[in-house]
Amino acid sequence: MGIMNLHIKNGIVIDTKNGIKAEKMDIFVKGGKIVQESEIEGDVKVIDASNKLVVAGGVDMHAHIAGSKINSGRTMRPEEMRIVRQTAGKLRTSMGRVLLTSPAIGYEYAKMGYTTSFEAASPPIGSLHTHEELDSIPVIDKAMLPVFGNWHLVFKYTAEKDTEKMKALIAWAIERTKGFGVKVVNPGGVEKWMYGGNVTSLDDPVEYFNVTPREIITELVKATEGLNLPHSVHLHCNRLGVPGNYETTIETMKLVSGFKNDERQVLHVTHVQFNSYSGSSWRDVGSGADEIAKFVNKADNITIDMGQPVFGHATAMTGDAPFQFNLHKLLGAKWINKDVELETGAGIIPLVYLPKNPVHAVQWAIGLELGLLTDSDKVVISTDFPNGGPYTKYPYIMAMLMSAKMREKEIANASPYIQKATNLPSIDAEKTLEETIHMTRALPARILGLQTKGHLGVGGDADIAIYDLNPLEVDPSTEYEVVEKALSTPIYTIKGGEIVVKDGELVQEVWGRTYWIDAMSQVSTEVIEEDLDDYFTHYYTIQRYNYGVEEAWLRAPEKIVVG
Amino acid sequence: MENVVCTFCGSVCDDVQFDTQQYKGKKFCALGMSKFSAKERIKSPMIDGKAVSYEEAIDAAVDILVNSKKPLLYGWASTVNEAIRVGVILTEKLGGIYDQCSSVCHGPGVLSTIEEGLPGGTLGQVKNRADVVVFWGSNPMEAHPRHPTRYSVTAKGFFVKDRKERKVIVVDVRKTKSARLADEFIQIKPGYDYAIFSALRMLVKGEEIEAEEVGGVSVSKLAELAETMKNAKYGAILYGLGITQSRGRDRNIENAVKLIQLLNRYTRWIIWPMRGHYNVVGAGEVPAWEVGYQYAIDFSRGYPRFSPAEFAVSEALLRRDCDAALIVASDPVAHLPKKAVEHLKSIPVIQIDPFPNMTTLISKVVIPAAITGIEAEGTAYRMDGIPLRVKKVVDSEYWSDEKILHEMLKRVEVRMGFS
Repeated sequence: MGIMNLHIKNGIVIDTKNGIKAEKMDIFVKGGKIVQESEIEGDVKVIDASNKLVVAGGVDMHAHIAGSKINSGRTMRPEEMRIVRQTAGKLRTSMGRVLLTSPAIGYEYAKMGYTTSFEAASPPIGSLHTHEELDSIPVIDKAMLPVFGNWHLVFKYTAEKDTEKMKALIAWAIERTKGFGVKVVNPGGVEKWMYGGNVTSLDDPVEYFNVTPREIITELVKATEGLNLPHSVHLHCNRLGVPGNYETTIETMKLVSGFKNDERQVLHVTHVQFNSYSGSSWRDVGSGADEIAKFVNKADNITIDMGQPVFGHATAMTGDAPFQFNLHKLLGAKWINKDVELETGAGIIPLVYLPKNPVHAVQWAIGLELGLLTDSDKVVISTDFPNGGPYTKYPYIMAMLMSAKMREKEIANASPYIQKATNLPSIDAEKTLEETIHMTRALPARILGLQTKGHLGVGGDADIAIYDLNPLEVDPSTEYEVVEKALSTPIYTIKGGEIVVKDGELVQEVWGRTYWIDAMSQVSTEVIEEDLDDYFTHYYTIQRYNYGVEEAWLRAPEKIVVG
Repeated sequence: MENVVCTFCGSVCDDVQFDTQQYKGKKFCALGMSKFSAKERIKSPMIDGKAVSYEEAIDAAVDILVNSKKPLLYGWASTVNEAIRVGVILTEKLGGIYDQCSSVCHGPGVLSTIEEGLPGGTLGQVKNRADVVVFWGSNPMEAHPRHPTRYSVTAKGFFVKDRKERKVIVVDVRKTKSARLADEFIQIKPGYDYAIFSALRMLVKGEEIEAEEVGGVSVSKLAELAETMKNAKYGAILYGLGITQSRGRDRNIENAVKLIQLLNRYTRWIIWPMRGHYNVVGAGEVPAWEVGYQYAIDFSRGYPRFSPAEFAVSEALLRRDCDAALIVASDPVAHLPKKAVEHLKSIPVIQIDPFPNMTTLISKVVIPAAITGIEAEGTAYRMDGIPLRVKKVVDSEYWSDEKILHEMLKRVEVRMGFS
């Protein structure tokens, strides 16, 4: 089909970044970008979007879609691969229940109107593998976040409180891995797991390195802000999955109270549902979502994403290896562990969320509480795919946030324990369609620092979703079934100006870009040369000149220079 | 001298150097050097033994493949991920069977992962932390000669700084060369690995065993081993074909994994397979992300099905299930059971390989390839999954595996009406 000029006519546009609240207007596309009408000349394909919702393509800012974790999960779980979504032909065969093959990942995002997704955690030394899988995902634009929170060199510069060295390490590592930002997973805890432990608080020291999670987070935020990277530190907090952890989460958020950035948050706390538990054990676990939402709403420099569990199958996969070992013990489930030399670790466990299970029901309720109680400008919709379940359920989550009636119906099917342990049953707040569009488009794009994503203003990428939903007429509060169905099956998904989905079906395969950040001009890596040489000579098992990824090896890299 | 990455065994040594004029190397082991030495090549593409152009050979290969009801595409462990990916897509389009060397090697490790998982770690973890290393049914001195010095025996690391701080144990049915490196060699009766893992699980839990010996090892010796394991700070079992291809196969590994799961309740342990070919890990990882499974994958219904008992190379050939074969970077004629080879001889075979081997002799179409790691570049995964880019340091007239397969795929897509 190729790239053509498009005229999307008479659609009802919601574009929160540009202050467009369900207005009838036309959108023009040329060369893969949104343009002014005056720029269009020659052949134009007109798409009649009368009475249809027209929005930017969705942006998933936190999912596990590529790399050794998800791929080990596929190997361990052939039972996840029995669902045939599409047989082979002109397009690829597409497989998977919740875990998906790489072609399926791209296809399913497109079939939901999503056009961008970020792999949320990659071991730096394994980044070439992560990129190979990203390069095998069709349609969407993507990027990946290398993990820093348990890297020996990060510990060293934390202990030395040397921000210049930390900045140099971050810039160097992001360039080498072709990464996008600074992901931190259970800082200090994963290193302690190497000898069977974990951290129990922000002030629990990591043996040998003499650093605490508090110090690691603070120093990484300081350096990331010093570099002014497009995306802030992206943090998976300590004590994930432990009853009573909501207090640690709030204490962690307080660490950045002295930091300010005019463009964006200074800390993004991810899949917060897993870090919002009150109580002292799984017997009296309850929700701390209320307190967390209050704190986030008050702070002007923190954003979160939900990490919403969806009832049904899931696969837990995280760099938080000690947590995964606990899950293995708790569930008696098969267990993959991946200790990664000098840098990080990971674990993978099969999981199913059952509505009648009190703990699962509480987790489910907490996710929704966070989504409902937090300002729509500070909370992004996510399932932490595949930890909370499939991203294909985002329309379900959006519908739930917009309808107290729908929630009431779902709550009736869930364990009654949530009545006691959470506030969800008494929350009658309802997000508007505009708010949930914001939470899936403009907000994640802003949090990631992606200027051309999440909106339909001139200069934006022509990543567009058109849904069979008239926002001027529909009442999401009562017509939740209509809303969920419409948001699940776009009439059109347009990626980079090309129509990839029509009437919910994939019509062609296109290939997106991989964004990466180059902040090298801001630092002198000379200050860390000696340490790098020391580590590669003595402790890594690969040579320094073989560490990292070159642009030429990637399908379609797009460098974003910072500074 | 150029810095290169060795493309022989699963250790994928990335510190070696190669003189492209003399074809001599530095730091290579004997196995790696043999690969990087000048030796006989397949001179030109051939159809029925007659020299032809690459285009002609590829056309002939595509003819065979698109006219086949169910082609077998086998090999892959000695080429790079970029070629493997095209091979997987090619198999998918053709409705054939994709299988790779693991099905006659470490495939049982995949089955045990499906049952119990795989508590593992990278080789750098062994180097930096492991104070107890157990080679179980593996013989690095002969199969991965530089493994002991680079990663697992004399390697000096961050926390374990000296050979003296590491206890090395070899468990095997015979006193191998590697046993001589070890602080302790435990000789077991062939076929008793499963029983011994069970005994160790009991002993670690503190249960009593009412027998004098298990699998040829005294219970007191096993109790000592169990104690050593429990008292390790960070231990590693590195297992080989001695347990994957002896009685019990995947059940042996499963039991070993259960032992590791148990040991992690006391201290830290990992277990990892000593993989053979330099990119046999990639030959499983690439199809896993492309289509969901590592090996023994049948696409005849238009979607992938995984069933080692049906779709592994030997089983498919013994059943006479495939009516054509494409063999990439492998020599099944030399390695498969006689009956399986008999069927292979009766069907049209296409071979892609830099070097002539037994399979060349039965192939209708032979397509010589550039030597990956010397004449062609690409991505390979070390035995522990660490990705490394292998280098191209010599220009060559030979096409790379990736290019040959890509040309095949393009033509297949046209012939099948997909493009």
